[in-house]
Amino acid sequence: MIIKVLGSGCANCKTLEQRTIEAMKQMNITAAVEKVTDYQQIASYGIMRTPGLVLDNKIVVQGRVPTVDQIREILQQEIASGIV
Amino acid sequence: MKQKIGIITGLLIVWLALYSNLEVITDFLVYSVLQLERTSPLTSVIHFFIYEVPKVLLLLTLIVFFVGIIRSYFSPERTRTILGGKKLFAGNVLASLLGVVTPFCSCSAIPLFLGFVESGIPLGVTFSFLIAAPMINEVALVLLFGLFGWKTALLYMFTGLLIAIVSGYIIGRLKLERYVEDWVYQIKAGHNDLAEEQRTLSDRIDAGIESVKEIVAKVWVYIVVGIAIGAVVHGYVPEDFMASIMGKSAWWSVPVSVLIGIPMYSNAAGIIPIVQVLLEKGASLGTVLAFMMSVIGLSLPETIILKKVLKLPLIITFVSIVGTGIITVGYIFNFVF
Repeated sequence: MIIKVLGSGCANCKTLEQRTIEAMKQMNITAAVEKVTDYQQIASYGIMRTPGLVLDNKIVVQGRVPTVDQIREILQQEIASGIV
Repeated sequence: MKQKIGIITGLLIVWLALYSNLEVITDFLVYSVLQLERTSPLTSVIHFFIYEVPKVLLLLTLIVFFVGIIRSYFSPERTRTILGGKKLFAGNVLASLLGVVTPFCSCSAIPLFLGFVESGIPLGVTFSFLIAAPMINEVALVLLFGLFGWKTALLYMFTGLLIAIVSGYIIGRLKLERYVEDWVYQIKAGHNDLAEEQRTLSDRIDAGIESVKEIVAKVWVYIVVGIAIGAVVHGYVPEDFMASIMGKSAWWSVPVSVLIGIPMYSNAAGIIPIVQVLLEKGASLGTVLAFMMSVIGLSLPETIILKKVLKLPLIITFVSIVGTGIITVGYIFNFVF
């Protein structure tokens, strides 16, 4: 699984990154969390609101910082649906 | 849901009770509990502070809550769809209005700019949005309403909209597309299929509460510090002190205020309480309004962020046009009032 946090480095992006790592730890998922700070790349995902969370090239969060629990739920859903 | 509405109604009643009795509560605290002398300047500073801080915070909470609900009906994606295919002028008007209600954070300014331009929205229309969005926001309007009254708040909103519309229109007519960084037009934006979530009224109320938490947590320090400075000036600086510097007779005060305002970075929350006492001490409304608009709407850090997607000539044009607009508004106000 490839996990990416999209954002230019504002406070919200850092919080999202930390929370994602925390959620993964709780679920025993080991994957690298990649930070995408380049605007050109961020735009290539078609999002207009940062921060964004991308799982295997699918955008699952944009423009908000979900709680750790919500991120866990999102991860679970994506794993269950077999996309990831 | 019923429970939620019950709680909110209860909170609204508490709010109303507090807000309508603030004067009485402050008087009681200052004169009866603290037993301060009525005529001393220090008392006037403390009274000002104790009265204004809760007043502004109460207003802020209420308005941000309702604006949060209204904003939950808008998103940058939806705004982009609405603006798609709109011509100059009509597009500028619409973009400025949408700039007021669409949720916007200056940290998303670049992705939003790219998203708009990439989908074919004209540069001038995009600029109208980018000028209106930060300048006219609920925090500024609340403070203006709370500290100056509804007339000034409305004036600020309408003149702000006018500046956004006209500046965007001029930028559009000047055909400055070549001064956008070349890579911008080469972006192939991916398809974003994260569906617009279906939101119930209950979700929207949650969104309102969420934005109260977020915004109040972010701006309360600015408000307290701003009002503290304001209170000291209120108590100790002599009446008419500002008249010669920022008054009507000083014709140069408007452009100078704008020039000072541009590199200053503060949000509306910090600057408006200070502006209020400037006005009280003899500064004229137009000068003060121009100063405020340039601090909030034309900030240097934001302009530097835009440098990533715009070439220098376009940035200079943008700042000059908006700056001229603000100065014009300042003079008009000084002339009319």
